[in-house]
Amino acid sequence: MENSEKELAVLKAAANEIRQDIIRMLGTAGSGHPGGSLSAADIVTALYFKFLRIDPENPKNPDRDRFILSKGHAAPVLYSALAQRGYFKREELLTLRKLGSRLQGHPDMKKLPGVDMSTGSLGQGLSAANGMALAGRLDSKDYRVYVLLGDGETQEGQVWEAAMASAHYRLDNLTAFLDHNRLQIDGPIEEVMSPEPLADKWRAFGWDVQVIDGHDMNQILQAVERALTVKGKPQMIVAETVKGKGVSFMENQAGWHGSTPNQEQTEKALAELLANKL
Amino acid sequence: MTKKVATREAYGRALAELGKKNSAVVVLDADLSKSTKTADFAKVFPDRFFNMGVAEQNLMGTAAGLAAAGKIAFASTFAVFAAGRAFDQIRNSVAYNRLNVKIAATHAGITVGEDGGSHQAIEDIALMRSLPNMTVFVPADEAETAGAVEAAAQMNGPVYIRLGRAGVPPIHGEGFRFETGKAVVVREGRDAAVIATGIMVTVALEAAVTLAKEGIEVRIISMHTIKPLDVKTIVSAARETGALVTAEEHSVIGGLGGAVSEAVCENHPVPLKRLGIQDEFGESGKPDELLVKFGLTAAAIAGAVREVVKRKG
Ligand SMILES: Cc1ncc(C[n+]2csc(CCOP(=O)(O)OP(=O)(O)O)c2C)c(N)n1
Ligand SMILES: [Mg+2]
Repeated sequence: MENSEKELAVLKAAANEIRQDIIRMLGTAGSGHPGGSLSAADIVTALYFKFLRIDPENPKNPDRDRFILSKGHAAPVLYSALAQRGYFKREELLTLRKLGSRLQGHPDMKKLPGVDMSTGSLGQGLSAANGMALAGRLDSKDYRVYVLLGDGETQEGQVWEAAMASAHYRLDNLTAFLDHNRLQIDGPIEEVMSPEPLADKWRAFGWDVQVIDGHDMNQILQAVERALTVKGKPQMIVAETVKGKGVSFMENQAGWHGSTPNQEQTEKALAELLANKL
Repeated sequence: MTKKVATREAYGRALAELGKKNSAVVVLDADLSKSTKTADFAKVFPDRFFNMGVAEQNLMGTAAGLAAAGKIAFASTFAVFAAGRAFDQIRNSVAYNRLNVKIAATHAGITVGEDGGSHQAIEDIALMRSLPNMTVFVPADEAETAGAVEAAAQMNGPVYIRLGRAGVPPIHGEGFRFETGKAVVVREGRDAAVIATGIMVTVALEAAVTLAKEGIEVRIISMHTIKPLDVKTIVSAARETGALVTAEEHSVIGGLGGAVSEAVCENHPVPLKRLGIQDEFGESGKPDELLVKFGLTAAAIAGAVREVVKRKG
């Protein structure tokens, strides 16, 4: 199925806006994680602007779809999406990481409406997603649970405990993304501690697996649409991504995992993003 | 003689009963359902029971997800694996979010017996007590266990229920009502008070009988809730008896003894002795042999009471 050119253009523009927010937020905060936020921007855009059945007016609606950002350090990408969907005013984004802010360094479900699960300690999101998917089935609700994992994150043993359980319980109401940007803090995942071959591992754990370009909006949409039709299995979409995507000097640099742009770099990054806007 | 019932058995029964009354209750286990007695629930409510296999971190994380979607999730395994192996999951997925996860951990303490030190949680109360939002129950008998399970289901937020493997006799009469955070004076006395928890309440009652023959009347307090701590009852005991002993099947560091010492020092310092595991790991043996070896006996409690009474001067 081809998605209309117009829809793709709207989504690409939204992703660009999210990337700008990420840069502004982190530039202002002076600490945080740009690389993994930027690599996930297109996936998060597709979910929040196309797939998630959510209502910002009623963020706790029991029938809503859920999204868990298991790699919680990418909080800015989630906060920007929530703000743009109307959960709170976009100005509040600039309070990120400040004392008293609802925008904690890592997502906090108790503080910020729209956050379905607090994360930050890596490796825990998929377990929580499983619990939500099991509850949805018990209650005969048709909501879906989406979760986004980092590739370095899959070095955590709990991820594989959970992966086993999703398949064991045939959680076909669960769709996961792997942000396969091939970098973690200390360098390339294959040098630090290789979890590869990742797609094969998820397949071996009993999941339906698709591998896509995680920055090609059309591929993201098609992959999710296909995942929605899968019966009896949880679905993993391995998204091949570039850490720091969209800001030339941040791309593929492990150093930009957890350092933030100074004012000059912020302006340069924003100028690049604006120039690439459709 | 009255029949002994292990608190884990009492838990199994209470849970199956709770399942009938409350359809929001779900139960998870990690391949120990026959030992933790969650199998009682699983038999009646197979759809609401989830075996997670030998994967305690995922056990706690999944319970958090179920709770976030509106369930009251009871998660069970041995105490050493619940509080220890999955501590970060309890901290970050459960307690941080104040989710309705009730961790019912069995086989706590040295009365695990022959399995040895690797399986004998002596630090779980300390770990769980240190977490914000967490309520900690250590029931002493069947009635306290049933009360703790009921109270856990009623209250909003995470709860840790510490349960044992060994049988314990009933310590409460007919009219007993379990109240969260409210210690129970199970024997009156003015010369000293023993504040005990779990299986040590029964042992303390035995010691009181011996001491009474010597003319020492001890108050025995069952501290079934470690958190929130009943500071009022503790301070009254300190004020009215002037000498305290704590008794627990747990390290003297950070558990009941630690909690009581903190409350007493801040409010009304009196001579105090902490009986428990003295900063060492357990080992294999019969439960009764281990209790003797680690000094968790009526004789040891009586000795400690004599000592603190003497220190009153
Ligand atoms: C349990 C845990 N250990 C360590 C960290 C610190 N940490 C934050 S991000 C990160 C690397 C994550 O790499 P990856 O999952 O590949 O994230 P991405 O590249 O998408 O940013 C680490 C080790 C953490 N947050 N949680
Ligand atoms: Mg990575």
